[in-house]
Amino acid sequence: MRFSQLFTTLALSISIAGVAQARDQLSLAGSSTVLPFATIIAEEMGKNPSFKTPVVESGGSSVGKKGVCDGIGTEYIDIGNASSRMKTSELEYCDKNGVDLTEIKVGYDGIAVANSINGETLNISKADLGKALTAEIPQEDGSWIPNPYKKWSEINPSYPDIEIRVYGPPTTSGTRASFAEMVNQKAYCAKDELAKKASAARDDKKGKKCRAMRTDGAFIEAGEQDNLIVQKLQEDSLTYGIFGFSYLDQNRDTLQSAIIDGGGATFEAIASGDYAISRALYFYVKHAHVGVVPGIAEYMEEWTKHWGDDGVLADAGMVPMPADEQAKYKKAMSELPKLTADML
Amino acid sequence: MAQTRTEKIVIDSLKARGKKERNFRLFGVSAIALAVIFLAILLVSIVSKGAPGFFQYYAIFEVELTRERLDPRGDMSDQSLFEGQAKKIINEAVLEFTGAKNRSEKKAARSLLSNGSDVRLVEFVKNNTDKLDTMQKIKFALDDDADSYFRGFIKKETPEKQRRLSDIEISYLDKMKKEGLISYEVSDYLFFGSASRNAEMAGIKGAFIGSMFTLAICFIISFPIGVATAVYLEEFAPKNKFTELIEININNLAAVPSVVFGILGLAIFINLFGMPRSIPLVGGMVLALMTLPTIIISSRAAIRAVPPSIRDGALGIGASPMQATFHHVVPLAIPGMLTGTIIGMAQALGETAPLLMIGMVAFIVDIPGSVTDPGTVLPVQIFMWADFAERMFIQKTSAAIIILLLFLMIMNGGAVWLRRKLERRW
Repeated sequence: MRFSQLFTTLALSISIAGVAQARDQLSLAGSSTVLPFATIIAEEMGKNPSFKTPVVESGGSSVGKKGVCDGIGTEYIDIGNASSRMKTSELEYCDKNGVDLTEIKVGYDGIAVANSINGETLNISKADLGKALTAEIPQEDGSWIPNPYKKWSEINPSYPDIEIRVYGPPTTSGTRASFAEMVNQKAYCAKDELAKKASAARDDKKGKKCRAMRTDGAFIEAGEQDNLIVQKLQEDSLTYGIFGFSYLDQNRDTLQSAIIDGGGATFEAIASGDYAISRALYFYVKHAHVGVVPGIAEYMEEWTKHWGDDGVLADAGMVPMPADEQAKYKKAMSELPKLTADML
Repeated sequence: MAQTRTEKIVIDSLKARGKKERNFRLFGVSAIALAVIFLAILLVSIVSKGAPGFFQYYAIFEVELTRERLDPRGDMSDQSLFEGQAKKIINEAVLEFTGAKNRSEKKAARSLLSNGSDVRLVEFVKNNTDKLDTMQKIKFALDDDADSYFRGFIKKETPEKQRRLSDIEISYLDKMKKEGLISYEVSDYLFFGSASRNAEMAGIKGAFIGSMFTLAICFIISFPIGVATAVYLEEFAPKNKFTELIEININNLAAVPSVVFGILGLAIFINLFGMPRSIPLVGGMVLALMTLPTIIISSRAAIRAVPPSIRDGALGIGASPMQATFHHVVPLAIPGMLTGTIIGMAQALGETAPLLMIGMVAFIVDIPGSVTDPGTVLPVQIFMWADFAERMFIQKTSAAIIILLLFLMIMNGGAVWLRRKLERRW
């Protein structure tokens, strides 16, 4: 008797699930770099009693871009967050699933290279930073060998005479992808004469193969949690870390930014473009869900209220876009232009 | 009397034997001592870091609750109060107190109180409609940076550029302190607040309720199925190759990494059945899959521990196998089954990995009202807080860890108590 009662409850609870298919709040997922800002917007929007607060999942940029393209229907997310732009291969996956998207850029986040204030400031050129962290280094004869540099000073005697040890995010992270592209590929392999020649010789004119980070212990993957990297840097003044600028901003009293090509990571330097290791933050809206899941338009509008210089987003460490870009993406929010391969 | 050779050998070996015994005891005691030391270090570090997380700084300001400004539509509805000027009223009070004049001073003054102060004011008005159109002293939480200043994490001595509070902001805070506006109290936000990006407003209520819903679903599904499986396999199932295969599979399932159950949940419940993401119902079902093997294995052990004489006695006086099982064996095995279930539940309470796949590792502000509302669970809340950049989240994280640990202790303590109370010895 008692068992049959329990089974009835069970059957009942499963039948509830059948009813609850329609979704009345937004569902987002993606980059852990965009998440702190997206959650601020979600919370602001949720203050309005007419809307439920959107649910924001983490997972990394690749999860955001793939998740939004998995299909159409309320079991899939409405908006994917990403801190690296969609690639043509990723867009093909969307086309295959019949998902149309609009790309909205919301602002920038600097990628800080930093260490403890008790350690030595790293004053380095971007090209040399790439040289220190890329997996393979070209030889005079055009062949590639595993990165031989053990100490910073081996690259240039003016750099600190300590072992190269850098904590950074894992491969699922947009921070990592952007750093590898801007530093390893564009600053080192595409600029350094020898590396340029050797890249062309291995059929890699753009230097994409340079994006691979070292795996011999000089570059250490520290997980998606930037706070973990911050903690490790505070404890060990001989290591450096690569992480989102907002974490440096919150820990300015214990961490210092490396000087890269003559400048450190500050809010002003990132906003003006002087500090060049930064990446844009995006979200991708699924057209088929606009107007079906309530609140997508309002969510987008909420971004435009706060993405300015003195908004809550800037206070949390997001670097605002210039006014013309803000106007452009504000327009895109209402017109929803379809993202096509030639736009990338 | 001279010793014989044999006596000598025995006496010598006795010494060695005693030494071996002493050494063994020493090893045992030192192993336990080491474990106790580690546990003590862990607990002291968690409690000392987490205890401040239960408190936070508040500032008391007197504000005028003008009805027209707070409730422009005049119907006291949520929408009307939202459209009202709660934030402006608070800002006016702060600006008046600080005497801020130019734009940057005003901005500094406005940033000192929590971003959610207007919500607090609206809550107050909703609960005290009779106090409208009067002056009221209301306690607002300080912004997390201001809170960190009073905690001593942000120091005046640090150069202005290297700290998150400007000199003006610090001077305003000092003034508040001097005039007795600041109080350090048990954080009501921690217990009654939901997830928030403002560290000072973040609380565990939403995650706690989500955890309770998830565990309830998990229990409703896994306990009856687990017990029924165990009873059938132990008492009724024929012993053949097929039941052996099932047994091996159940034991294997108990060792499967929990994230695999999350993938299964995503494929079956969400993609195939079309259930929504991020809901405790799906979370509970996934965790039920995970706890089932634990419950089945412990229930079978409990049934096996019932002496065969009880079963034989029942059958001997003419009870059917069904009656023997449900009238005699199962009631005696229940304490063991419950213990296994509670331990399985406690394990489920601490899981995040399987929930990642089904969208419960998420920032969810609204407190779930039923199992089909989006919700998250305590360990996920801890995981999310640990990742936010704001410093105050470190204390909140530790406080939430203490609460989670307390719950695990209560559940495991409950299991021990149940066993003691219901256990029968033969």
